[in-house]
Amino acid sequence: MEQTIKYYQTGTFTVGNRLLAEDQRTVQADMHRTNSLNSGHRACQGCGEALGARYAIDAAMRATGNKLICVNATGCLEVFSTPYPETSWQVPWIHSLFGNAAAVASGIAAAQRALGREDVRVIAQGGDGGTTDIGFGCLSGMFERNDDVLYICYDNEAYMNTGVQRSSATPPAARTATTPAVGPVPGNVFGTGKNVPLIAMAHRIPYVATASVSNLRDLEAKVTHAMSIRGARYIHIFVPCPLGWGSASEETILIARLAVESGLFPLFEAHHGKVTARGRIRRQVPVTEYLKRQKRFAHLFGNVPDLARIAQLQQMADQNIVDFRLTEDDPPPAPSQGRGNDVSLPLGGGPGRGST
Amino acid sequence: MLKQTEGSHAVAEAIALSRPQVICAYPITPQTHIVEGLGEMVKDGSLKDCEYINVESEFAAMSVAIGASAAGVRAYTATSSQGLLFMAEAVYNASGLGLPIVMTVGNRAIGAPINIWNDHSDSMSVRDAGWIQLYAETNQEALDLHIQAFRIAEELACPVMVCMDGFILTHAYERVDVPTQEEVDAFLPPYVPRQILDPADPVSMGALVGPEAFTEVRYLSHHKQLRALDFIPEVARDFTRAFGRDSGGLIRTYRTEDADTIVVALGSVNGTIQEVVDEMRERGRKIGSVSICSFRPFPLAVLREALRHARRVVVLEKCLAVGLGGIVSDGVRKSLSGIHLNGYTVIAGLGGRAITRASLTKLFEEAERDELDQVTFLDLNTDIVSHELERERGQRRTGPTAEAILRRIGTVASGIG
Amino acid sequence: MMDKPFAITLDVGSSLANKTGAWRTKRPQYVDRLPPCNHACPAGENIQGWLFHAESGDYEAAWRVLTEDNPLPAIMGRVCYHPCATKCNRGELDEAVGINSVERFLGDEAIRRGWKLTPPKAESGKKVLVVGAGPSGLSAAYQLRRLGHEVTIMEAGPFAGGMMRFGIPKYRLPRDVLDAEVQRILDLGVKLELNAKVERIEETMKARGFDAAFLAVGAHIGKRAYIPAGEAARILDAVSVLRDMEGEAKPMLGRRVVVYGGGNTALDVARTAKRLGATDAIIVYRRTREKMPAHESELQEALEEGVLIKWLSTIKSVSGEATLTVEKMKLDEKGFPQPTGETETLEADSLVLALGQDVDLGLLEGVAGLEIKDGVVQVGPNMMTGRAGLFAGGDMVPSERTVTVGVGHGKKAARHIDAWLRGAAYAALPKHEVASFDKLNTWYYADAPKTVRPQLELARRTSTFDEVVQGLDETTALFEARRCLSCGNCFECDNCYGVCPDNAVIKLGPGKRFEFNLDYCKGCGVCETECPCGAIKMVPEET
Repeated sequence: MEQTIKYYQTGTFTVGNRLLAEDQRTVQADMHRTNSLNSGHRACQGCGEALGARYAIDAAMRATGNKLICVNATGCLEVFSTPYPETSWQVPWIHSLFGNAAAVASGIAAAQRALGREDVRVIAQGGDGGTTDIGFGCLSGMFERNDDVLYICYDNEAYMNTGVQRSSATPPAARTATTPAVGPVPGNVFGTGKNVPLIAMAHRIPYVATASVSNLRDLEAKVTHAMSIRGARYIHIFVPCPLGWGSASEETILIARLAVESGLFPLFEAHHGKVTARGRIRRQVPVTEYLKRQKRFAHLFGNVPDLARIAQLQQMADQNIVDFRLTEDDPPPAPSQGRGNDVSLPLGGGPGRGST
Repeated sequence: MLKQTEGSHAVAEAIALSRPQVICAYPITPQTHIVEGLGEMVKDGSLKDCEYINVESEFAAMSVAIGASAAGVRAYTATSSQGLLFMAEAVYNASGLGLPIVMTVGNRAIGAPINIWNDHSDSMSVRDAGWIQLYAETNQEALDLHIQAFRIAEELACPVMVCMDGFILTHAYERVDVPTQEEVDAFLPPYVPRQILDPADPVSMGALVGPEAFTEVRYLSHHKQLRALDFIPEVARDFTRAFGRDSGGLIRTYRTEDADTIVVALGSVNGTIQEVVDEMRERGRKIGSVSICSFRPFPLAVLREALRHARRVVVLEKCLAVGLGGIVSDGVRKSLSGIHLNGYTVIAGLGGRAITRASLTKLFEEAERDELDQVTFLDLNTDIVSHELERERGQRRTGPTAEAILRRIGTVASGIG
Repeated sequence: MMDKPFAITLDVGSSLANKTGAWRTKRPQYVDRLPPCNHACPAGENIQGWLFHAESGDYEAAWRVLTEDNPLPAIMGRVCYHPCATKCNRGELDEAVGINSVERFLGDEAIRRGWKLTPPKAESGKKVLVVGAGPSGLSAAYQLRRLGHEVTIMEAGPFAGGMMRFGIPKYRLPRDVLDAEVQRILDLGVKLELNAKVERIEETMKARGFDAAFLAVGAHIGKRAYIPAGEAARILDAVSVLRDMEGEAKPMLGRRVVVYGGGNTALDVARTAKRLGATDAIIVYRRTREKMPAHESELQEALEEGVLIKWLSTIKSVSGEATLTVEKMKLDEKGFPQPTGETETLEADSLVLALGQDVDLGLLEGVAGLEIKDGVVQVGPNMMTGRAGLFAGGDMVPSERTVTVGVGHGKKAARHIDAWLRGAAYAALPKHEVASFDKLNTWYYADAPKTVRPQLELARRTSTFDEVVQGLDETTALFEARRCLSCGNCFECDNCYGVCPDNAVIKLGPGKRFEFNLDYCKGCGVCETECPCGAIKMVPEET
């Protein structure tokens, strides 16, 4: 959202801005935001998922006039938010199983139709484990039926709640408990991994987007836009995990920002299977800036740095930059269209797959 | 209204009359005709205000039903065999969350080896998941039980599984009396949820419960089923008053008042058993039978009452506790705690093998003479079994057992081996 | 009421019973750090503070914050050398904020709109004498008057302003601006006596019953070097030349003017000479450009106007009216200029010496307890001389001789005088930690380069005395003010409120900032990292 009128000091980068009209600030800046995920939860210090969840659900609550029901898969978010007798959720919320959040949400959406209450909307949310692996079948089913559900995946790139095991969202070279940093090829291997946003696009659902906790406005805009659409929608949010990634708790947002600015995590939107907009990188950084702050990549550095694999990771980032045009300026918009410009995406690149 | 119709279709009509609001459909033999029938009714508009969802697996089917039920609508699905196992995690989840889902299980054997015909191994595999389990004896009862099931489920906030024998009931064309919508509406009020996901009054469902409270939660679900022991007969009585016929309840006794030998069984086989009982009674044998309708909660007290004066009990089961023997027998034995009777377990009808009157007659006569083993496999082909055991003893690489047997009994075209 | 199953279904709000604040090993604190601009300003202006108001267009509020510390913003915006901008953290991002331009805008706006300074609420009953109506004297008078004292300024010259009138040329500081800002101070009830030179301070104080005095007579006597010259030599001093510019009869410098010296005064004279019609204005300076004390911006302007400079040159002697023998110099290892022996002749119509200025210390004769060193009066940290009740500031005490420094001295002295009059001592509050660049998170500031003040077209500049550097108008002043990073001071960007994963920051409302909810704060530190202006500090948790 560019402002061509007067300059606003921090402009649109900060959460709020006393110089901006209230309706131009974020939902998070509002004193009366829902705080859908309230204090007292048991997330680790600096948890990116706790932040991402509040960001997303608060935005959705505003967009739907507080008429929202949430389904949560098993995982960190569910466990730290609802240990009997305490719940941190201020919204109607249900946790069923690990792999069925999308299906339960489909059921709730069907119930609202049966009740003639289609003003009540449904969000299903889960971590990368519950989405890209065990929840994949139900996710695909929900997409295929085009059920009126927004599925949000909070991607911290491993099964964190069970102790940091590798998932199909774990990036190459990362250390996890099941891809330990030992042996000739320490950490996760290249040539594996699943890019769920691209898979979601292949289902040609109305809306797919990626977002990051470091770009709050962008995240809120995408959630809000998603809630204005009926049918199956998917948003993939990048959420650093200080514990699992071995990063400093205060650097959660910084690290998320570096992932975006290096090109490793591209921000984009797609409608009906075609990329329609992307977030431009503001100040590009080499992947090392991102990697060196996380102990899960520590084995790539040290006395004898693993330059080859760092180079491979850089190549992945560079490929994203090319594929999603992350450093190009937008061309002038064509007269008829409203949002961005179409890009046909080669399915080889993107996050989650590295070259062998 | 009287109708000559397929069992599945009768059930479909019963479900439709119960005003379901969300139906999840996934095909698996032999229940598929039920959901197909319902699908047609939704599509042609005869079943209104109902969302029909074609799901991508049984796990999804139960999950969608969970979501719908938690959101405050009447939810229904049907499955069998492999499908029931595939949704097992969700089956436990539904009862754990206290959601009044009604599900039809078209009883079918579980593989391997894959087998599409009837036995009770599927519903037995989830007997302790916390669902109420009702077994239908006839097509009429299958129809009636579904209507009762919604009422039982919603009052107790507990899901109910209605089990009906695959093919034997599901695919049989019989005359049934289908009630009118007004009759059903009078019997089954609209669903008023005990808990609901509603933006106007938010709650969090599905919390993490630790050691400090988990036992209490389990105790409460047990207690709920004990309450059902009173509520199920109450509903059955109401049903009789409303519709003029007996259906459901905990058990049904047949000529047991002075019987020395009582046969206990679940489901459609009771029809055959009752015919054999009649025939034997003609010949002066003191024999009777008990049909258990409510397998969960298990009717210990009423069963004890029904069996206590007999000399022997024969439990005829279409399921097997591999390595142990009978499943239903366990419950029967518990109900007879302290009372000494001769008890015999008969495993019959596995994988859809026909249970004939001749076999039953021979069996019951052997029972009367107390000549039965503790556990008997009815009509077991001992030749095949001996040969197979011999073959396995002889060589290490034995190959798959099932295929070897099929070859032996000549059902394989090539005849090699 | 819902019949919720035990334990599995929970009521909202129940997590608030879990006070996760107990997890902390460090806790966040809101701090106010000292912005480097405030820190650098010799007048001690709360620059960040008034920019804050300017950002939202509250110009009067901004002006009032500014004039707490400095009553002469329109002047400052024209003559101050802005050390604030040199230290501005924004300079490490793209370019320093144009603080000086905004100050000028505010000053001009105040004049345009006739904003008045706030008179004191009550009179103290004390009488204070201020000697000299230059920037230091005016500043002291203003601050003393606000504190309720009866203030009289005795000024030796015919107009108020000191160096602002008699040293800085009109093209840098238009006289109507000067007059307006002086008048505004006088409107508070400060008495001004012109043409009233104080001969002996002790006598005047006793005779007129002043309880204390602040001396700010400045340094008006041009230094002279020993240069062999004949009787006919036309050698003038810069101070007199500039002073004479204020009068009716302008000095006659001729077509070719040589100015000896390398300070701002030398440049002022050279540029004035050109405006008076000189064809050539040549500065002779004994060292190099790098060593030249004059301000770079003024040198730049002078060169643009065609002023010529002879570097590494001294004037050995003058013959006739102004035939100069100039000797070339070279710098030794220590950077001092040494004669080379090479000379040349330079013909001129007049020579103006701009070699520095001395203080007229006559009024201090007979005062006991004073310490005079290097021609200036020594004062303590409370701006008081060795004689109790006698304070001094500006060019007459050791100082970097600028208008802003003078203003700063005046303010500081006023505070101490006020305390002294009450029999107390003024103790300044300890300063906060400086908000250095490393404490900021500059990601959050939008990219916006500085605006550049439009300059008068060159030709116009050299033949008139219109203001050379024009100010910003409202749209650009607003832009410029909003480039301020608000270093070390919360400007309610809501970042901390937004980035806390535990919702442990309480927003108190517009203008009321925030509070940490220590019941739930886990001490993760994200707030400190993401605060753009460095207004949050993590400190160890007390056990």
